[in-house]
Amino acid sequence: MPLETRIYQKENHLKLGHLFKASFKDMLSSRFLAKQLAVRDIKAQYRQSFFGILWAFITPMFTALVWVFLSRSGTVTLTETGAPYPVFAFTGTLIWSIITESINAPTASTKSAKGIMSKINFPKEALVLSGVYKLLFNTCIKTLLLLFFVFFYGVGFHVSQLFFPLAILMAILFGTTIGLFLTPIGMLYNDVGKIISVGLSFLMYVTPVVYVIPKEGLMKTIMELNPLTPLILTSRDLILGNPPAFLNYFLILFAVSALLFSVALVFYRISIPILVERSNA
Amino acid sequence: MKEEKNIHTNSEVLVKVEGLSKKFCKDLKTSLWYGVKDLTANVFGNKNVRQLRDKEFWAVKDINFELRRGECLGLIGHNGAGKSTLLKILNGLINPDEGKVTIRGRVGALIELGAGFNPILSGRENIYNNGAVLGFSKKEIDEKVEAIIDFSEIREFIDMPVQNYSSGMKVRLGFAVAAQMEPDVLIIDEVLAVGDIGFAMKSFNAISQILKTSAVIFVSHSMPFISRICDNIILMDKGKMLLKTNDVGFGVQSYFDNQKLLGALNFGEENIILNNVKIHSENPRLEGIIEYGKKSIFEINIDSLNDYPKVKVSILVYNMAQINVALFESRYISIKSIKGQKFIFDFGDSFLSISNYFITVRFDDLDNKKALVVSNYVNYRSFQVTGAERLVFAPLYLKEKI
Repeated sequence: MPLETRIYQKENHLKLGHLFKASFKDMLSSRFLAKQLAVRDIKAQYRQSFFGILWAFITPMFTALVWVFLSRSGTVTLTETGAPYPVFAFTGTLIWSIITESINAPTASTKSAKGIMSKINFPKEALVLSGVYKLLFNTCIKTLLLLFFVFFYGVGFHVSQLFFPLAILMAILFGTTIGLFLTPIGMLYNDVGKIISVGLSFLMYVTPVVYVIPKEGLMKTIMELNPLTPLILTSRDLILGNPPAFLNYFLILFAVSALLFSVALVFYRISIPILVERSNA
Repeated sequence: MKEEKNIHTNSEVLVKVEGLSKKFCKDLKTSLWYGVKDLTANVFGNKNVRQLRDKEFWAVKDINFELRRGECLGLIGHNGAGKSTLLKILNGLINPDEGKVTIRGRVGALIELGAGFNPILSGRENIYNNGAVLGFSKKEIDEKVEAIIDFSEIREFIDMPVQNYSSGMKVRLGFAVAAQMEPDVLIIDEVLAVGDIGFAMKSFNAISQILKTSAVIFVSHSMPFISRICDNIILMDKGKMLLKTNDVGFGVQSYFDNQKLLGALNFGEENIILNNVKIHSENPRLEGIIEYGKKSIFEINIDSLNDYPKVKVSILVYNMAQINVALFESRYISIKSIKGQKFIFDFGDSFLSISNYFITVRFDDLDNKKALVVSNYVNYRSFQVTGAERLVFAPLYLKEKI
């Protein structure tokens, strides 16, 4: 059996293609590690609490309830959505939370692994993957809640709902890609994290998360250009059984994200040694 | 150990380091900014020659060596000499700024035991986490989990959360997992002296097993371990290679000679501060030298924070192989709580063989008929025995002449 040879030197001689291949290979081979890390974090998160896993349901339910309350009580008057508002709001916030969480996930997993990263050499792609696993876990729980709402409010079953998981995966792909590009600088400067959270809370208002796109005006233009719009609307249309209005934009976004994701993965991979060197842990 | 490893010839070079250098930045803000610049440069291959930028220094400079299977390299040097940085580069955690490292085979690193342990989870769960981080597959851990628990000797507590473990238990568990690695190249950083004596010996034996079939790079401040394990020494100072030798005794000796600032380890209450120890025969000007068969005089200068009416000073003499060859014990002295007290001990004629030695100085307070170690300076300084040697049995135990 020939021994694997590793060479460490200053230059990156490797081509983008090679790097992506190596990155992808590590991603595959680190599935067990990623699963283990995700399970560790999830278990640790809920073990030290009385209600345990229930919290995973409670948090998203309350986000939805807030909007239901605001619309029912008339505090916020919203344009007619064409669907039971709880379902409408819950799909929106669900996808929105997936996007924001997946933008933050790579930085969060990388930061929490800073200690091991500076001591042990393991495939860092596992951190990205474990972030995705954790997201999928949270999403599954939220989707169960969504299903409950869908039937409770009489939306009923539509074939298109079967494609909903694909929309979720797309949202994760999109968010993770952005997150991966931001991680290296976010690891160096905490400013990045702050900018993201401020930026996202602003972005939420120019994205049709809890209301529909206005019929006219500046907001309409912004929302129609906003790349988050097709993500939210397509998944909502799939749940409600409407024909997806932004399907083309959605598909283009998918192609671009998939391409950029491989670039982001390579960027992340070659940045890690610099981050380990600069962030002492 | 698996047998297939023995198929490889013993002479194959597993680690090759050529002209390796790494620079670091002294200032955090500047360092972060350079980090951003490096990230950008990195995307474009970063092929330029690296010069020192403002506030940067070479943490590792121009290191060269080769290591074959079955060999063990001891990396010694004082804190900040660049040993850990070198290990990080060898382990692939950070990239060098100059030079090249070629490593063949599976690399194992015993750098931090129990990496990735989560305090809330049980010992058993953490075995899986830690194992996964170290690169084991699920199947491998399933096979090894019982062996790991047995090795760690904490079966009784294995399903208890790790946060309730003592620090010794955590280290045991961490070592037990790491000891299951079957690496071609093993990197060890100061983790051998773990737990109690029994477990330390056990881990030492486990390492010795791995040693036989792999190339080992070993960093330690414990010269006894270095002398026992290593067959090559690199002495580092300020990032540079001061000495590369396969004479381990000479390497260890150079380490002590290099230790100009007495950075010796002090155990105990630290209430007695040892300022210096002068060692000579009749002529005080020939400091650091004892002539064979002549007087051995030790002048000790100390500060004390307390009054100690009855203290015994023991000077343990070690040869370069870290074997204790003599013990010099003083009469009881009374130490006052003042600075700069000087005591001169004449231990009579010394018959230590002509060689180099180093000493450990211990202060025992005999209070209420109980001996308490007040201060213990390990690896304090070295001295030399010169002159014409006669064949005389060297006494191992000398008492001060009164």
